Amino acid sequence: MKLVKTLSKATLKKSACKGGCGECQTSCQSACKTSCTVANQKCENEKQK
Amino acid sequence: MVHIFKQLGYNIAMDIESGAIHILEDAAAEVLKLLTPPMVENCPEDVISQLKDKFSEKEITDAYSELYELYKEGMLFTERDYEINIPQEYPIKALCLHIAHDCNLRCKYCFAEGGDYAKGRKIMPFEVAKAAIDFVIEKSGTRRNIEIDFFGGEPLMGYDTVKKTVEYARSIEKEHHKNFRFTLTTNGLLMSEEVMDYLNKEMSNVVLSLDGRKEVNDAVRVGINNTGSYDRIVPKFQEFVKRRGGQNYYIRGTFTSANLDFAEDVKHMKELGFKQTSVEPVVLDPSSPFAIREEHLPAAFAEYDKLTEVMAEYKKNGDFFNFFHFMVDLDQGPCVIKRVKGCGCGGEYVAVTPDGDVFPCHRFAGMEDFKLGTVFGGELKQDIIDKFGESTVLKKKDCEECWAKYFCSGGCPANNYNANGDILKPHKISCELERKRLECAIALKAFEADLQEND
Ligand code: SF4
Ligand code: SF4
Ligand code: SF4
Repeated sequence: MKLVKTLSKATLKKSACKGGCGECQTSCQSACKTSCTVANQKCENEKQK
Repeated sequence: MVHIFKQLGYNIAMDIESGAIHILEDAAAEVLKLLTPPMVENCPEDVISQLKDKFSEKEITDAYSELYELYKEGMLFTERDYEINIPQEYPIKALCLHIAHDCNLRCKYCFAEGGDYAKGRKIMPFEVAKAAIDFVIEKSGTRRNIEIDFFGGEPLMGYDTVKKTVEYARSIEKEHHKNFRFTLTTNGLLMSEEVMDYLNKEMSNVVLSLDGRKEVNDAVRVGINNTGSYDRIVPKFQEFVKRRGGQNYYIRGTFTSANLDFAEDVKHMKELGFKQTSVEPVVLDPSSPFAIREEHLPAAFAEYDKLTEVMAEYKKNGDFFNFFHFMVDLDQGPCVIKRVKGCGCGGEYVAVTPDGDVFPCHRFAGMEDFKLGTVFGGELKQDIIDKFGESTVLKKKDCEECWAKYFCSGGCPANNYNANGDILKPHKISCELERKRLECAIALKAFEADLQEND
């Protein structure tokens, strides 16, 4: 039986080379605007996808 | 760095630098907890001896082998071996337009102090909004997507300005190769049918403020005469959402120390028929009666646990329902650069007051030390912009050892500043809540994966 299941692979490093284009939505974390962590933002860069 | 936690019955291990996330059977979780890098090929004797009362030797060594495979593949105990190059240019591409420094409610926790930011009531004249649109077109350089958020106070008190601004921006976006996206945050009081249809046509997202159950909402979201707002706004929000079709909206609430049982408020929102919700912790000076303080954390954590179970139940039943703080995109989420840069306040994102003054964000509006300039031309204060631009999570001492750094990006600079006088110094309570929410969010992803597998 497998004792470890991978939910998400290593993605961060790969994203570094294409990233930072700035086309995605800004992501306010404050309680007054409905946004929080950046991690729930969608990437808008076609190359990234 | 590896972070191991248990939530919703899953043992979860996050390899922070690679971004990999694993779900572990108990034996594997116990083994992993005893390991420190670098890993060697065979399971160390002391690991076996420490766990042999709980698991068979085969289970322990099998678990170890699987973990060792992940280690070799760069998905466990990874160190960052690359540079994160953050672009030095920060073109402005998102504006928070403070359409009204005025409000028709007097919510007791309002950071804008009754909507006027303690600066006097004012509606933004169209000339200012127009100048702001010209300003963002000029400053956004080659960025195509431009976000304009109509904010307040209550922006519908300046509905006329909102409409003219949208019309103006739309009339010139093509020639400048821009794509404007508008959003608006409202308390709903001024939502007539005409307003609803207009917002549904023009706004890509609308944030509707409601705190949940009637007694919770009406204890804090009160009118000028101190009466509750629930009965006046809920029917309007329901009608609005019905007319909106499938487009984005959020019912957003705030929880305070007075409703630490906020999972009930989220459930109530669902009962009202809303499907996209957000209920977030208030951030106030600790002396405020509504502030969430250290002693409230255990109750808040327990409530997030409860909400996680509620959400799992909804998912199991195939009920579409979003709770914003539990949304996390593990596959196509943002690049690492965005993750370390965070909110973009004072860089990509700035706020414009009714007078046309530019501030790093809506929470800094009115703080003269942070004024960047105006939308009417002239230079913006580069030293402040640089300060915000450099304030990535990698520059924040307290975040260095924090497992949440690539998800949180170092917290809200305004909260940090208000709590600690330094945009680089995280607000402890917010950190605690942030980390808890992330654990819940990731556990729900594990749950979803299970559901799919068993389908
Ligand atoms: S500083 Fe805080 S309130 Fe301002 S944009 Fe950033 S996260 Fe939002
Ligand atoms: S659109 Fe994607 S690649 Fe571009 S900055 Fe945003 S997350 Fe990074
Ligand atoms: S949770 Fe706090 S310490 Fe961790 S990254 Fe966010 S701000 Fe920094």
